[in-house]
Amino acid sequence: MSGLARFFRKPETVAGGLILAVLGAIALAAPALFPGDPQAIAGPPLLPPFRDWALPLGTDRLGRDMLAELVHGARASLAVGLAAAAASLVAGVLVGTLAGFAGGLADEILMRLTDAFQTVPGFLLALAFVSVVGPSLSVVVAAIALSAWTGPARIARAEVLSIRERDYVAAARVAGMHPLAIALREILPNALPPVMALSSIIVAGAILTEAALSFLGLGDPNRVTWGGMIAEGRAVLRSAPSLSVFPGIALVLTVLGVYLAGEGAVEGAAARRGLS
Amino acid sequence: MSRALLLLRRRLVGSIFVLAIVVAGTFLLLEASPGDAVDAYIASTGGDAGMIELLRQRWGLDQSALTRLANYVWALGHLDLGLSVAFSRPIRDVILERLPNTLLLMGSATALSFALGTALGIVAGARPGSFGDRALSIGSLALYAVPGFWLGLVLIIVFAVDLRWLPVGGIETVASARTGLARAADIAVHLVLPVAALGFIYLALYLRMMRAGMAEVWRMDFILAARARGLPRRRIVLAHVARNALLPPVTMLGLQSAQMLGGSVVIESVFAVPGLGRLAQEAVGARDTPLLMGIILTSAVLVLAINLAVDIAYAFLDPRVGADEAAA
Repeated sequence: MSGLARFFRKPETVAGGLILAVLGAIALAAPALFPGDPQAIAGPPLLPPFRDWALPLGTDRLGRDMLAELVHGARASLAVGLAAAAASLVAGVLVGTLAGFAGGLADEILMRLTDAFQTVPGFLLALAFVSVVGPSLSVVVAAIALSAWTGPARIARAEVLSIRERDYVAAARVAGMHPLAIALREILPNALPPVMALSSIIVAGAILTEAALSFLGLGDPNRVTWGGMIAEGRAVLRSAPSLSVFPGIALVLTVLGVYLAGEGAVEGAAARRGLS
Repeated sequence: MSRALLLLRRRLVGSIFVLAIVVAGTFLLLEASPGDAVDAYIASTGGDAGMIELLRQRWGLDQSALTRLANYVWALGHLDLGLSVAFSRPIRDVILERLPNTLLLMGSATALSFALGTALGIVAGARPGSFGDRALSIGSLALYAVPGFWLGLVLIIVFAVDLRWLPVGGIETVASARTGLARAADIAVHLVLPVAALGFIYLALYLRMMRAGMAEVWRMDFILAARARGLPRRRIVLAHVARNALLPPVTMLGLQSAQMLGGSVVIESVFAVPGLGRLAQEAVGARDTPLLMGIILTSAVLVLAINLAVDIAYAFLDPRVGADEAAA
């Protein structure tokens, strides 16, 4: 069975893939579905959901269209999740490979640095970074990557340490290959798959961290975010709970989709490696 | 005993290095933040240029970056975290005042997620692949996908606003003059919702680790032997399979502490629990960067101490741990 066929075997994985596909499509089509500013006033304030079909999910305290805000919020969540995961994977793989390949003092220093970043609670670090540098989407991405790179770094280092002792690496060395070429062409490609297996967890964690930062008022002030919407709705939690409940459901569905699809992808990749 | 001592010594040396890096990091963030302590102080109290000069000199802010770093480290060595602008009090006092609430919240949430997580993990791992196993696995994954602050709000809507069973927030009833057991009960009632919101999220982690560990143990020969001896299934599950799968979740307790501390920041601000996390949010709101750095340093020390304790406990539980150091 190929990896792809295995990916679609479990119903959970199919559900996860479907959720992500729909969300991706919505995020990409947001400007076409709801053109104009999603934060513009669209109707009377605090219109309850399912009353007016022009505004199916109702309006918030300022009369903004909840559905338009939700759809545009998908863009921020997915963009931050993917960008933060990419940044932390690249940084982690670089640090881990360097530490594992160089060994000695460089390894020791880099690993103590990794320890230090893992000791400080990631969310506090992100909070401090955003509050010092100032909130914007790219700063939020950097703040999340600042604590998320440690996992990939540890795994990349462990992989490099085990791969560098293998016969084909010794063969490359005997053949007179440059150490840098060995690191980039022989070791790195083989060390990557286990690191990539972490990506779904990192994307999910990044989406949740961005939501929490926005909830505390440290998200990008110029963009609609689900966390920011929940914070908005919190002021009228008693009279209009739907304002905080809807964006929360969107968050849960997104993160769950990432987990489910990620698990299937990891299992599929593992099966393919097992066969070859 | 010497094994545990050697392990302790090695981990302590490592912790000091880690702490030094954290201190350097907080210093860098302090330097990078716009304005200094004097600007923040003047902004809140008012004062003229002469006063600004005087304060800069007195606080040593007119010196070079290296001298400032030396002063910073020197002060930290004396457990002096500086003065909080937002509270006009020593940062150490403010933090020590808030720390117990956070420890209580974290400790209870950890106990809840560990106990419930491993128990459900045993149920799932008793029959790997069964319907109950799959339902628990997917259910826990769904729970793990829930943002903690949002779960907190939903719990407030249901249990505090609609049902009115539990208080909306705070750590105890204000000005109730309760003492002793009555006060403890009052605090416990206030902590139910925040502990549930924080604990339920991490429950999935322990459940999945326990389940995965048990699935591995089922394949081992000694389980086959136990079955061949005709032991009741219940006894095999609890005394053999679960017992041998318990070690990874215990390790997770220490590793998880940093994440738990981060998670409590948002939970504390949702439930208005006056702890370290809410203090961090207040520090951000008041642009009190020194206070924020004090909180980061305190949490780093806390996480290091928790991991050290877990390591030591481990050395007593598992005779293989630290044996290399003792032999060397």
